[in-house]
Amino acid sequence: MTGKWVRPLAHLACAIPLFWLAGEAALDLLGANPVEKGIRFLGDWALKFLILALAVTPVRRWTGWNILAGYRRMLGLWAFAYVVLHLFGYVVLDQYFDWQNIGHEIVKHKFITAGMAALTLLIPLAVTSTNGMIKRMGGRNWRRLHYAIYAAVPLAAVHYIWMVKAGIIQPLTYLAITLLLLLSRAVYARRQ
Amino acid sequence: MLIRPSEITDKSVYLSRRQLIAGAAAAGLLPSALLADPLSNLGKSPFSTDEKPNSLKDITSYNNFYEFGLEKEDPSKYAPGRLKTRPWTINVDGECNKPGRVDIDGFLKESRLEERIYRHRCVEAWSMVIPWVGVPLSDFLKKFEPNSRAKYVSFTTLNDTSQMPGIRMLSSFSWPYREGLRIDEAMHPLTLLAVGIYGETLLPQNGAPIRLVVPWKYGFKSIKSIVAISFTETQPKTLWNQAASNEYGFYSNVNPSVDHPRWSQAKEHRIGEFGRRPTLMFNGYADQVASLYSGMDLVKYF
Repeated sequence: MTGKWVRPLAHLACAIPLFWLAGEAALDLLGANPVEKGIRFLGDWALKFLILALAVTPVRRWTGWNILAGYRRMLGLWAFAYVVLHLFGYVVLDQYFDWQNIGHEIVKHKFITAGMAALTLLIPLAVTSTNGMIKRMGGRNWRRLHYAIYAAVPLAAVHYIWMVKAGIIQPLTYLAITLLLLLSRAVYARRQ
Repeated sequence: MLIRPSEITDKSVYLSRRQLIAGAAAAGLLPSALLADPLSNLGKSPFSTDEKPNSLKDITSYNNFYEFGLEKEDPSKYAPGRLKTRPWTINVDGECNKPGRVDIDGFLKESRLEERIYRHRCVEAWSMVIPWVGVPLSDFLKKFEPNSRAKYVSFTTLNDTSQMPGIRMLSSFSWPYREGLRIDEAMHPLTLLAVGIYGETLLPQNGAPIRLVVPWKYGFKSIKSIVAISFTETQPKTLWNQAASNEYGFYSNVNPSVDHPRWSQAKEHRIGEFGRRPTLMFNGYADQVASLYSGMDLVKYF
């Protein structure tokens, strides 16, 4: 797993949902409400990547595959990329820069509030993701800041739960996996 | 303006095409329930909007019909071929002098159908313009001679798990799908009992063979695939209100100033457009229906 091609290939794999979405859009396969479909698709993949990033460390500990650690940042940044596209879809295509209405929705509608809170927590993590920033902040501070992911992922899952009006099995599954991953970290931390 | 296929295609070509499609269906190439039949002698209505109707494709491939699944595409995927629309009867009972059962074919034969192009506003803040075909509900209801205790009308959708795979998936819902109107709302000339769209019979995903259309209320009030209608003295139970009474009121009139807990109702996404347009009070039918609610607190009775 150390070939030069592994990392580019992993990036390519992370981009597959984007190619998929672009293809569906180009072939007019997104149905009567392509904006809603695209935004939900991007949000779903943002949450999937967040959970994958959160899973790296526990899975590495269970399996001893230390190679995985080198992909944690990649998964986290891809998650952020999907989050940003999800947000752009909402602000540009859905709301068309109607800041007044967006402000109203953030305050009045709790699923938007939760989503925006999760997004806000993720911004400093993405900004401080470079090696230079880790060095500048010091490992300890950097790690402390990045604990914010433990709040951001459950918030994102709750954002999804509060969004749906029926059929909460899929969003609940995401939340359950997230909580299991957090629990495994808590158990590990206590054992140390 | 609406152009029916029959108006732009030579009739013999049009009919032979239908035979071809019917032949393909008979050969098992197409599910027969996909076929719609043309409805003839449609009257026009002054209640129709002159806004541009959405395409038949949009209307028949994007909607909620939870009996067939949660996704907007699910009804068009799973209702055709599963929902048996013949034989079909509607049982009418309750506070009336002449309860009875109505066979859908007999009803179609004796009814004077008209086209009504209505705005359709979903509680999820999307909207369409749909050229329905039907009869005023009042014409239908009067035949049963509702008595003085008939204060409300309740409607029930078919509840058959063998045809409707979505029912079991949502086991927490109190099926069957039920909806209700106050008697004056039911008797209002805008309230339609629809049997068609774009001059053809309703497709299964849109609530074939017969459904309600109440254009000034959120779409879920316009119950689909009706098998029973009852005149009642007390306000009937409705499925969405039972599922979440703080979200779906009995009235559920389109009202841009009363938000749904999850969605702002001030604006809507018209399918086929970008961005959002302002939502109109009573979905733009305030002139016709506002008087029904004079003196009522529409925030309390949302």
